[in-house]
Amino acid sequence: MVHVHFKEEIGIAELIPLVTTYIILFAYIYFSTRKIDMVKSKWGLALAAVVTVLSSLLMSVGLCTLFGLTPTLNGGEIFPYLVVVIGLENVLVLTKSVVSTPVDLEVKLRIAQGLSNESWSIMKNMATELCIILIGYFTFVPAIQEFCLFAVVGLVSDFFLQMFFFTTVLSIDIRRMELADLNRRLPAEAGMPPPKPGPLRPRETPPPPRPSPHTITLQAPAFRNLRLPKRLRVVYFLARTRLAQRIIMVGTVIWIGILVYTDPAGLRTFLAAQVSEQSPLGEAGLPPHLGVAPVFPGVDPTSTLSVLPAPEPTPLPENQSQGHRAARPGVAPVSSPQITWGPEDEELWRRLSFRHWPSLFSYYNITLAKRYISILPVIPVTLHLSPQEAIDTRHPQDTQHAPPPSIKTSDLQTDLTLYKVAALGLFAGVVLVLLLFCLYRVLCPRNYGQNGVPHGRRRRGDLPCDEYGYSPPISEISPLLLRGHSMDIECLASDGMLLASCCLAGQIRVWDAQTGDCLTVIPNNGLRRSSSSGCWEHRDGWDHISACEAEGLLGADFREPGGSMGGPDVDIFPIRRRTAPARPALFGDQPDLTPLIDTNFGALPPSHALGSSGFDFGGLVEKAYQEHEPSPTLAFPPSPPATQQRRRSLGDQPVLPPELPPQSSGDWDSSVWAMELRGNLIATGRSSGKLELWDAVEGSLRCSNEDGLSGITALAFLNNRIVAARLNGSLDFFTVEINKPLGLLQYRGPPGRGSLPPSPCYSSEDVISCQLTRSVQCAHQKPITVLKAAAGRVVTGSQDHTVRVYRLEDSCCLFTLQGHSGGITAIYIDQTMVLASGGQDGAICLWDVLTGSRVSHVYGHRGDVTSLVCTTSCIISSGLDDLICIWDRSTGIKLYSIQQEVGCGASLGVISESLLVTGGQGCVSFWDLNYGDLLQTVYLGQSSEGQSVRQLLVLDNAAIVCDFGSELSLVYVPSVLEKLD
Amino acid sequence: MAEISALNGGAPMPRGPYISMITNRTMNLLIRAAMLFMVGVFLALVLNLLQVQRNVTLFPPDVISSIFSSAWWVPPCCGTAAALIGLLYPCMDRRLGEPHKLKREWSNVMRCVAVFVGINHASAKVDFANNVQLSLTLAALSVGLWWSFDRSRSGFGLGVVIATLATLATQLLVYNGVFQYTSPDFLYIRSWLPCIFFAGVITVGNIGRQLALYEYIVSQEKSHQD
Repeated sequence: MVHVHFKEEIGIAELIPLVTTYIILFAYIYFSTRKIDMVKSKWGLALAAVVTVLSSLLMSVGLCTLFGLTPTLNGGEIFPYLVVVIGLENVLVLTKSVVSTPVDLEVKLRIAQGLSNESWSIMKNMATELCIILIGYFTFVPAIQEFCLFAVVGLVSDFFLQMFFFTTVLSIDIRRMELADLNRRLPAEAGMPPPKPGPLRPRETPPPPRPSPHTITLQAPAFRNLRLPKRLRVVYFLARTRLAQRIIMVGTVIWIGILVYTDPAGLRTFLAAQVSEQSPLGEAGLPPHLGVAPVFPGVDPTSTLSVLPAPEPTPLPENQSQGHRAARPGVAPVSSPQITWGPEDEELWRRLSFRHWPSLFSYYNITLAKRYISILPVIPVTLHLSPQEAIDTRHPQDTQHAPPPSIKTSDLQTDLTLYKVAALGLFAGVVLVLLLFCLYRVLCPRNYGQNGVPHGRRRRGDLPCDEYGYSPPISEISPLLLRGHSMDIECLASDGMLLASCCLAGQIRVWDAQTGDCLTVIPNNGLRRSSSSGCWEHRDGWDHISACEAEGLLGADFREPGGSMGGPDVDIFPIRRRTAPARPALFGDQPDLTPLIDTNFGALPPSHALGSSGFDFGGLVEKAYQEHEPSPTLAFPPSPPATQQRRRSLGDQPVLPPELPPQSSGDWDSSVWAMELRGNLIATGRSSGKLELWDAVEGSLRCSNEDGLSGITALAFLNNRIVAARLNGSLDFFTVEINKPLGLLQYRGPPGRGSLPPSPCYSSEDVISCQLTRSVQCAHQKPITVLKAAAGRVVTGSQDHTVRVYRLEDSCCLFTLQGHSGGITAIYIDQTMVLASGGQDGAICLWDVLTGSRVSHVYGHRGDVTSLVCTTSCIISSGLDDLICIWDRSTGIKLYSIQQEVGCGASLGVISESLLVTGGQGCVSFWDLNYGDLLQTVYLGQSSEGQSVRQLLVLDNAAIVCDFGSELSLVYVPSVLEKLD
Repeated sequence: MAEISALNGGAPMPRGPYISMITNRTMNLLIRAAMLFMVGVFLALVLNLLQVQRNVTLFPPDVISSIFSSAWWVPPCCGTAAALIGLLYPCMDRRLGEPHKLKREWSNVMRCVAVFVGINHASAKVDFANNVQLSLTLAALSVGLWWSFDRSRSGFGLGVVIATLATLATQLLVYNGVFQYTSPDFLYIRSWLPCIFFAGVITVGNIGRQLALYEYIVSQEKSHQD
């Protein structure tokens, strides 16, 4: 005897957890769909994703009931869990992958590439989920089994819908976005056949020689048709005429028509219900519309029909069925029907969910809320009845109904349903995969969607990639290579408009930071005097010819006094590119001959210099033309002492042996160790201790100062003051004075660049003098390694474990900051007086510049901290352990760290609040600071191995400059550019 | 367990010497702790309701009043424990420096919470044949939860330790008569309690980690707007 209690229809106790699960479900959907990005309509795609999941669930329920499974679980309760188990992850991964394919591809190729990039992870996810659910299936708990069954069928149909429904929606969305993009970006060139997205800018240097891997050359369709195989032509014909779609559409319409004609789902049952309520014997119309009971949706009426008659109080249908079974073969005698009553019959009603009772009683207008149903044990009563009597006692309407299907078979059927449906689901999944594979084999050309470089998924550890394992497209950002230096670049300075670089050969080049034009070349002055070979004379003459018009214009500049060097104008060798502004347009396809102009006698092999027939310029120029496509690097072997000098000036070589003399030809001739650029003045600090001021535009030496003898290791140029840190630990403050005060503050800046901060311009008529105002002899006990200046403060870090803060105006020492247990290797200070320092002990200290107190102190790296950058909310540090750590600035908590390749750069830069640039092995990587995702990797040259980026400078116009061997690379970040607009 | 956790929760946080840091860090911690506390209380109430539902057929009347049939101090205790665990997880991550393998997103956290509630739901609603089957199923589900949403060794270790401690403490409380189950089926409860504790620890740890990440992003956005 069993009592079933029915509580209130909607009890609060049941409602609260239900509502909670639904709230969690909505939060999950919200947070998932929020990640859809870079599409035309976020809402549309989010809706499509949700529809995918919901309809896959509907399909699952439909399929399960079609194969005879009776849902016993409460659909409303398990629905959120089913959605969560099936999940939106694959859809989102798919979207992200497709969206990050190159924009300039065709839509179908983008879809194909995106799908193939994510194929492995999607299949893996699905296989994992299927495995987990199958494990759940073998718990042999009926409820869990049923849940798992729904989930398996739902997963498979979800996969199906992802491929055939969501991908379609996505492609439509992408096509919309592409059209909109092209309309926005290229209003003028709309008629041009291959539209190239991305900022179009005039380039002086030829575009990077790497062939763009994503341009796809498709022949004209007529030509393609000629050599198509027959099967493809059939498929194309089908696709063109949309035969399949039309057939399916017509079939659907016909099917719906038939459905409406035979069984108008709502109408007929409603009418039947009306009739049965009015008829005195409501029982009669009962069985046909039991299935449409409102309590549990999606129940197949026939399946309930087969089970339901059992618990009827009268054993009549039971007898009926028995009688029919017996009568149909015609063997059993009609007079003695075999009536059996076994335990299986007694247990039959237990298969019924308790939720059937309310629907049953609702037909009698009885509510079961707060009531009990007591099911009494069955007492079999034997009653002998002749068939004629049985037929007589039957209700007259009973004969109209078809005999109920045999209970024995349905019993067996329900027994096996679970396993059958599970096997069916698995089988359907396998068949689906096989079918797709066969379709791919038959239909797709061999290299469909594979004509891009395999940029999608990288091997782990190959290059930094994000957690989904692919790096976003590389075609958007193309670096602009600035060539001209013959040796590795040592110093790099910029003020936003101009860019000065100095190579190991001592040559200084000034570039336009906007266009990448080389404006001025300042050769190493010392070589000029020490060399007297015929080779130089030849070059000299050729150079003069090439720049003859510049010389004519610049006669006055040549007569400029050479400062304290006392020599005549021979030192100065200007090449003015500004005088020939038409050059980029005219000679855009010509090789850059500027590497041929400069000389480097210190590094030239003597046999080459003493050639018998002079110097063959024709051969040189030929060579340059041949090397036009690859980078024209002159094969100058960098000498080991020169490399040492570079490291010394960078400050990452802690021990600075002072006995190392400059290695060039003359012993007074020195290499550039430090360089700064402000306005149009370049300040260079040399290893001989000489400070020189050059005019950046004209390339003339404006002033020089030889007060100190120790080499200048670092320079800072702020306002009109220059601070020089020397090798012996002293710190010199210079003042730049212009004798014509009116000309001081002319602001340079072409029209249209008003957003950039103007820099003071010193006109060429001014006489600039550089006075040593104060020299702090013992600023540090050991060599100064870092010197930074900002916000009126000069900060020095030294080998003696201390950081000192000086005021720029009166050069007095404000604080000596102690806290590191190793030499200082990196310092960051900016306009907002944020001071951070990193040392050889791997510690990073954050200081308050106003009070001189230490704000926070964290140990982040094993080994030296090589570079430090701060944003308003976090500190980014890189160390010798190839780790980039991101710290919260206010709390000092390490947010996350990025493991880089071994030997990967110490160079860091922050473009905007959330965009981090790191230099790597031949590439530059962009990271999202908020989440630590790799956004993009830009390869600087064709050979991605070998050269690593050592210095990286972020310019004001959202471009970054980095050195790449003997070349400079100017990389624009278009997304940030758009944001700045 | 409850008393100990309450003591720990009330103890003053270690304070740094710098004012700017104090405000930021303690505010951050307090907000996180408060949110975790509320999450814990809410989950305790809802899941308690689920467990009450299971006994509906046995104890028919007054479902509402049976929500509060258990002692009043259970939800606050759960909240405090949630706050502790949620703060402990990011802290341990920082100490151990174990890089997280899975993507930290709110959608994942929501999924995790949903699965946790689902495990509770299953343990409350589904009829199991015996307690061994219940325990095994729940253990498998809990480990599956850990594997799908955490996958860190520290998370697993912490979860196991806390689950063991919590189960022991509960058993002690019951033994001493401070607390008693509403269900007379003692073995039944004991069989699901450790698994539920483990899953809860993993879930709350996930939320705590996400909150620790989230505070950072919020502060960054705020500064960006300034």
